[in-house]
Amino acid sequence: MIDHVDSKVWVFVEQRHGHVAEVGLELVGKALELAGLLEWKVAAVLVGHQLGEITERVLSYGVDEVLVADDPLLAEYCNEPYVKAIEGAVRLWQPEALLLGATAMGTDLAPRLAARLRTGLSAHCIDLKITPDGQLLSAVPGWGGSVLAQISCPRTKPQCATVMPGVFAMPEPGDNRGRVIPIEVHLQPEDVTYRVVEVKREEAPKSGLQTAEIVVAGGWGVGTKADWGLVEDLAAALNAAVGATRPPVDEGWAHEKQMIGQSGITVRPKLYIGVGISGHMHHLVGIKKPELMVAINSDPNAAIFDHCDIGIVGDLKEVVPGLTRAIREHSEAVSKKTER
Amino acid sequence: MRIIVCLKPVPDPKHWNKLKLDPQTRTLVRTGIPGTINPLDRNALEEALRVREALGGEVIVLSMAPPDAQPVLKEALARGADRAVLLSDRVFAGSDTLATAYVLSEAIRTLGDFDLVLCGDETIDGGTAQVSAQLAEFLGVPNLMHVSSVDARPDAPWLVRSQIEHGCMVVEVKPPMVLSVVKAINEPRYVTLMNILQAEGKELAIWSAQDVNLSEPWVGLAGSPTQMADLLTPERKGRAEMLPGSPANQARALADRLHRLGFC
Repeated sequence: MIDHVDSKVWVFVEQRHGHVAEVGLELVGKALELAGLLEWKVAAVLVGHQLGEITERVLSYGVDEVLVADDPLLAEYCNEPYVKAIEGAVRLWQPEALLLGATAMGTDLAPRLAARLRTGLSAHCIDLKITPDGQLLSAVPGWGGSVLAQISCPRTKPQCATVMPGVFAMPEPGDNRGRVIPIEVHLQPEDVTYRVVEVKREEAPKSGLQTAEIVVAGGWGVGTKADWGLVEDLAAALNAAVGATRPPVDEGWAHEKQMIGQSGITVRPKLYIGVGISGHMHHLVGIKKPELMVAINSDPNAAIFDHCDIGIVGDLKEVVPGLTRAIREHSEAVSKKTER
Repeated sequence: MRIIVCLKPVPDPKHWNKLKLDPQTRTLVRTGIPGTINPLDRNALEEALRVREALGGEVIVLSMAPPDAQPVLKEALARGADRAVLLSDRVFAGSDTLATAYVLSEAIRTLGDFDLVLCGDETIDGGTAQVSAQLAEFLGVPNLMHVSSVDARPDAPWLVRSQIEHGCMVVEVKPPMVLSVVKAINEPRYVTLMNILQAEGKELAIWSAQDVNLSEPWVGLAGSPTQMADLLTPERKGRAEMLPGSPANQARALADRLHRLGFC
């Protein structure tokens, strides 16, 4: 392999069966911003087999280098050969920082790789900063999100982090200016420590949450499956997507794909209405800068009232149906006007 | 068949409203909050019991925690584990995931050969979900995360199902291995009074750092590559504008406001 690469911040851009995980590109955008502060360069790390098209696509996002490990034994993801491929490149080219998406693959690959390299890894970050002396600071929610820890990795390199999908905006592609550098791998069949016999795709119901302008979310306080219908009715009246905290998902009122927050998805609506949600940071970190945030909760001391613009203390079984009706009246009046 | 379940005692989430941030030391004060088994670790233990029922052998639960975690390990014994080891030593304090995984791996080596190590996919307190993969790395065995079913076959590679985005993958893998499990894998069994009485006769060993071979420096706060640079309570917007009146009036006032802003 060549003995030098310029890039000090590396981003693992995950692909599975030729499909690129968007979080990898989101991280490329953030890495370019952070590295720019220190006049560092940024590389995307691609691992798999037959990556030509993907390499071109990643180059268009403005990275300085794309480091490509391409081998038939890397065609199907297995952590050991992927660790070996990246480990070799890291030991030779010694990056300062390595970022990965907190996906099923990233959360499996990153800890094993960090342990192999005996370096530090922060998990499920929701923000990243870099200090003038090149220290990566990761914001990590803990304790159900009631606190936010700032994690550093001062003594070992690379400083590694997995980052939640959706917390950084997707960058716009531009002109290719980077170069492609192959990572040589020397893998044996026995490095593939488990054999993938089947990949099943399950189509989840489309929630539309990620692109929704209005999100109505429900929490534990909604109380029953039947009353969950009130949340859905309100959302329907507003033409909104329905989100949830963890308990409604655990109770089976909502689908897992509807979970907003640290272990779910991130939403960027203009209007957010939280119903029966107490306001753990675990959930709130998944709501990015709404223009208007509203909460309805029976507990006047619920933490969510310290995080929103408009609050209603009341029994949601009384407030929500009334709200749904009043909204429908407005909408009908608007559509009648338009008809005229 | 020897199955080891790594189990983390965590402060009971029902009492998390009592958690306080000490502004001086920037650490969390958990005084007075009872411990419990991390919820997903109960699923890991349940899966261990099912594999033992299918293939025979013993189930050992292993925790790295302060000495007051003993009741949590007793609960695991009542749930059906054969014996328990509590790794407890001041030098372990402040361990990050790498240091925790290293100490656990050396404890497992001390226990001898194993076929399966089971963990919960993540804990409800730290929630890094990193220890199982790092433990497998230190032990030099394969690992899978996000595991939703295990078919432990006596004379063939095991079939393990792991959740990925939009579905799952099924893999063939030979023991020994480390698996971390999700909630969907099983429904943990109930504990009966008889189980609790039986647990009294089971071994609960307490090991210090002297009882395992820790030749590498990855132990405790000093041996942890990550550090907590700061602990913050999240920013608050400040108190919301509260809409007064009867439910009907509140609903009407909010709908009018949303209408003026063009949302309906």
